[in-house]
Amino acid sequence: MSTVFIMKYSSVCVNKILKIGILFLFLGVFLIQPSLAAEGSEGEKFNPAEMINHHIRDSHIWEITHGVEVHLPVIVYSKEKGLEMFSSSNFFDDEHNSVSYNGYVMDHDHITLESGESVLDFSITKNVLFLFINSGIMLLIFLSVARGYRKNEGRAPRGIQSFFEPIIIFVRDEIVKPNIGPKYEKYLPYMLTLFFFIWFGNLLGLFPAAANLTGNIAVTMVLAVLTFIITNFSGNKNYWKHNLMAPGVPLALKPILIPVEIIGMFTKPFSLMIRLFVAITAGHIVILSLLAMAFIFQSYIVGFGAAIVVTVINFIEILVASIQAYVFTMFSSLYIGMAVAEDHH
Amino acid sequence: MLASILLDVSLAIMGAGIGSGLVAIGAGIGIGRIGGSAMEAMARQPEAAGRVQTAMLIIAALIEVIALFGVVICFLIATSEG
Repeated sequence: MSTVFIMKYSSVCVNKILKIGILFLFLGVFLIQPSLAAEGSEGEKFNPAEMINHHIRDSHIWEITHGVEVHLPVIVYSKEKGLEMFSSSNFFDDEHNSVSYNGYVMDHDHITLESGESVLDFSITKNVLFLFINSGIMLLIFLSVARGYRKNEGRAPRGIQSFFEPIIIFVRDEIVKPNIGPKYEKYLPYMLTLFFFIWFGNLLGLFPAAANLTGNIAVTMVLAVLTFIITNFSGNKNYWKHNLMAPGVPLALKPILIPVEIIGMFTKPFSLMIRLFVAITAGHIVILSLLAMAFIFQSYIVGFGAAIVVTVINFIEILVASIQAYVFTMFSSLYIGMAVAEDHH
Repeated sequence: MLASILLDVSLAIMGAGIGSGLVAIGAGIGIGRIGGSAMEAMARQPEAAGRVQTAMLIIAALIEVIALFGVVICFLIATSEG
């Protein structure tokens, strides 16, 4: 229960720091108000929504910091031109204006043919790159952990293995075993992969310049669809009987209850998808909106306050990253557990 | 008359704002109830405080996501053009 211990003490400190930050934020806002009104609007206006959108959306360019950009490869397929691959830097000229290239145009990271026809976009975008990075980190860590198990069999874990063993045991004993029941072993590899993929993805997204990987609805949809497929393929006789026949229910109620059960099969993974997407994306939006206040009011004092509040929110986001990974894994194993449960009637 | 009201975009934006405010109220009530019950449980059974707190945090996170729906919807409406 060391997490509880840390949380108790950190919450006291966090509260104080947060109060100081909010104080500076409001102080700055009130101090700056008259001068802002006097100054009027000059120069180009800062648009926070645009900045936030740029950060949470997928992109063909990986912007590490202002001016330092990595142009990622574009892979497109269209019936007219077939499969083509080129760098996304071709879409910009020397003055950073967007130009068309080889019959393709890119508008707000959406590539189409010049004629306006759509293309199939298989590009290595920022999110795909971070998907690869995430998988690479996981492979590195867990291959070494697996090697450790083979080498130190029957002995105490060593190195990186000793950090991950308690977490693996936690996922097995606290999440998977109580929710799935006696047949949990078959699903344990999937659940562990799910947990660590989401956890690492969430944490990776908190780094500066990183992509919003698990806050992308396509990524969370794939995870939810995997759970949906596994749930329905491992569903036993009772699961299907319960869903499609609604046993023990009066006949008059069946026309209402059976559609509800069938819709319920789809809403479960849907809620998984939306929950992870919203929790991570909204976290990023909150952080970026608070940071944007410094640019809206153009003041050092507000910037200082915003930086403190953002630091605190970032710590909360680390907590949210773990909780969301936990919740996704727990609900996935709960749904699978419901599908493989033996009949109690 | 009715069509002009229904097609008014500013009303839609206002509705989104009010809706996300209502979401925040609901989430506030939810988290408040969880917190209150958890405090009560911890006071009655201090030896189970650790477990109660862990469970409380998980449920609070679930409700927090509902509140975040409000943030996302507000953001989407505010940034959509037209």
